[in-house]
Amino acid sequence: MYTIKDKILLAPGIKMFMIDAPSIAQKAKPGQFVIVRKDEYGERIPLTIADSDKREGTITIIFQEVGRSTQDLGKMEVGDMILDLVGPLGRESEIDFYGTVICVGGGVGVAPIYPITRALHMKGNRIISIIGARSADYLIWLDKMDEVSDEFYVTTDDGSYGRKGFVTEVLTEIMDKEEINMVMAIGPIQMMEAVSRITKEKGIKTLVSLNPIMLDGTGMCGACRVQIGDEVKFACVDGPEFDGHLVDWENAKRRLKMFEREEKIALTSLGCRCCQGGEK
Amino acid sequence: MPREIIKNKYPMPLLPIEKRIKSFHEVALGYTEDLAIKEAERCLQCNKPSCVEGCPVGVDIPAFIKLILERDYLAAAAKIKEKNSLPAVCGRVCPQENQCEKMCVLGKKYEPVAIGRLERFVADYELANGELQYTRKSPTGYRVAVVGSGPAGLTCAAELAKMGHEVTVFEALHIAGGVLVYGIPEFRLPKSIVAKEIENIKALGVKIEVNSVIGKLWTVDELMREKGYHAVFIGTGAGLPYFMDIPGENLNGVYSANEFLTRVNLMKAYDFPNYLTPIRTGKRVAVIGGGNVAMDAARTALRLGVEESYIIYRRTEKEMPARAEEIEHAKEEGVRFIFLSCPVEIKGDNEGRVCEIICQNYELGEPDESGRRRPVPIPGSEYSLKVDTVIMAIGQGPNPLIAATTDQLQVNKKGNIIADEQTGKTSKPGVFAGGDIVSGAATVILAMGAGKKAALSIDKYLRSL
Ligand SMILES: Cc1cc2nc3c(=O)[nH]c(=O)nc-3n(C[C@H](O)[C@H](O)[C@H](O)COP(=O)(O)OP(=O)(O)OC[C@H]3O[C@@H](n4cnc5c(N)ncnc54)[C@H](O)[C@@H]3O)c2cc1C
Ligand code: SF4
Ligand code: FES
Repeated sequence: MYTIKDKILLAPGIKMFMIDAPSIAQKAKPGQFVIVRKDEYGERIPLTIADSDKREGTITIIFQEVGRSTQDLGKMEVGDMILDLVGPLGRESEIDFYGTVICVGGGVGVAPIYPITRALHMKGNRIISIIGARSADYLIWLDKMDEVSDEFYVTTDDGSYGRKGFVTEVLTEIMDKEEINMVMAIGPIQMMEAVSRITKEKGIKTLVSLNPIMLDGTGMCGACRVQIGDEVKFACVDGPEFDGHLVDWENAKRRLKMFEREEKIALTSLGCRCCQGGEK
Repeated sequence: MPREIIKNKYPMPLLPIEKRIKSFHEVALGYTEDLAIKEAERCLQCNKPSCVEGCPVGVDIPAFIKLILERDYLAAAAKIKEKNSLPAVCGRVCPQENQCEKMCVLGKKYEPVAIGRLERFVADYELANGELQYTRKSPTGYRVAVVGSGPAGLTCAAELAKMGHEVTVFEALHIAGGVLVYGIPEFRLPKSIVAKEIENIKALGVKIEVNSVIGKLWTVDELMREKGYHAVFIGTGAGLPYFMDIPGENLNGVYSANEFLTRVNLMKAYDFPNYLTPIRTGKRVAVIGGGNVAMDAARTALRLGVEESYIIYRRTEKEMPARAEEIEHAKEEGVRFIFLSCPVEIKGDNEGRVCEIICQNYELGEPDESGRRRPVPIPGSEYSLKVDTVIMAIGQGPNPLIAATTDQLQVNKKGNIIADEQTGKTSKPGVFAGGDIVSGAATVILAMGAGKKAALSIDKYLRSL
């Protein structure tokens, strides 16, 4: 069991937990994730480790309440215990010196890109960060991102903060102006796809972090398979980071919809469990 | 007076078919005491019992059968447990027809003694009535880490604990049991039985740490260097699912058998949305393969309410590696078998969901290296089958995680850890391995046997330190 030490509402429907998990905290590296199972009835859901503190023995996860499982998780409070937490899973990011790196974070994707940005910054890269969200309310961790960036841009779809428009517009402008050595993009799949399309034209290496449906997170089931160039990869062990220019985006988007109908059913069946059950 | 020989096994009481396909209740209900005694009477109590030669762990079969006749079921269970620590499991899932029962002399003319059913009878009797009897030697002060909690790891852990060593099992998933909990369905092996066996092992003092992926949380080297374990046993199984590499395999509705069975067994998707893990089958399901895994997937699909559940297999019924009983039960329940056939492509609708599978017919040619006749495709024989779900049950390989993160641990071309068959010793001092991770996907009893042999040699190794 893993105790929730702190809970912060970062934006509407976006929550942050600090969880007591000393062993995982010792090992967590930027780019890695954990799998969380809230209770006996819960799904195993993958969430990126947004931060970790070796001394305190905690890890930080940030999630958006999009479906039943994340909503259930969001109802947990400080002091509550999560039944299962396994990690760190996946490969760590390749933190290297590239030169000038653009880090693009969209929506809740700012959480996973933060530790990578920080590590790239500490390696001596010049960091240009572009953060985007629907509106001002949904922008998270601006100050933390600003701290580890040499240049910092913010966009909102409705113009309620920073520049009105999409992260891709800023990205294009910067790439036209100066030489960029690498782009790292994490956020909604449509955003990562759009970023990859733009950088591919310019031939700039681009890494994205995919979040396909997962089950075990250890390479045992293949639920997380993604098409990368002419190879099929298991994102939980071969990823989650991949070359954005090689990802088969159509396939990746489609596979995310595998259980769309069931997810709706789960959302509407919020009823009590005690009167269901029975012998199965 | 020469006694009359009963030619056939006493039949196993079974759940009626209409009840089976609506629930996950166990299908084979087990012998009653009366049936067990009658069946035990069929045994000739051979002086040179050939059945024992057929048992991978050498259970003294006539001796335990004799104890059944003496109505001393607890002693019968103890007799089996001298060699096999998981009889309630093995009595249910061992391929007896290729092992003990294949060698039984009665089988030459009649049906062999139903050794598996008798094993299950005494094991269940013990689980219900027995008290755990064990002798644990005084603590040796040595600590052993066991990686993986399938039959290999659990057996190795139990044996080492009895010898007085301090044992911790590390398991990647949130429940211990390996394939016994995530793969083999409830209707064949009730999870309560596995849970009980695991309780017994814990009672021996074994610690089980779930949610611990070795190679990620700690490496094998760290377990030995930093965590103070004197030896490590690796029993991580054959967990990596194979796909066929045909067009359409990434469509929505194509599962590996591992994913399909894990969703249903481990995550209880059959009880969605009470349990939140979803599963979707549509009306028609095709399972590719001919082993136990394929039978389990096809029968599970039926229980989820599909209208048609097909098994598509490249060879013929004779070559199917599944247990005879599973094939029989699958047929009774209405699984449809398509032999000498193999998919070449899976097609999807405009939403990217499986809607049809294109297969090709095969014929049997010359025998291959395994001695089985090689299936050869018949050109131009392609045909289409309308299905909503395709489940790949064509085999599993070793997960590379441990090998990739452990210094000096040698693996073969397929990625299986190289370990001595008798001792489980690997190329790395202090590290032992056994079960499917060494042999490739095999059986519960072989994994158990390997765990037991490794425990003996780990004990020797520790005492030499
Ligand atoms: C669906 C299905 C049906 C089967 N039916 C039968 C049958 O009827 N009869 C029969 O004899 N055999 C059957 N088998 C085969 C049998 O289950 C296996 O041969 C046996 O379980 C192998 O045991 P094992 O201990 O080597 O590995 P497993 O049972 O595979 O256990 C390995 C365990 O190690 C864990 N693990 C893996 N990597 C790590 C890591 N890095 N860190 C920590 N833990 C890790 C896994 O999560 C797993 O729990 C079946 C297999 C399947 C999949
Ligand atoms: S070979 Fe058959 S008849 Fe002989 S002891 Fe074994 S089970 Fe009994
Ligand atoms: S989540 Fe099962 S293999 Fe990746």
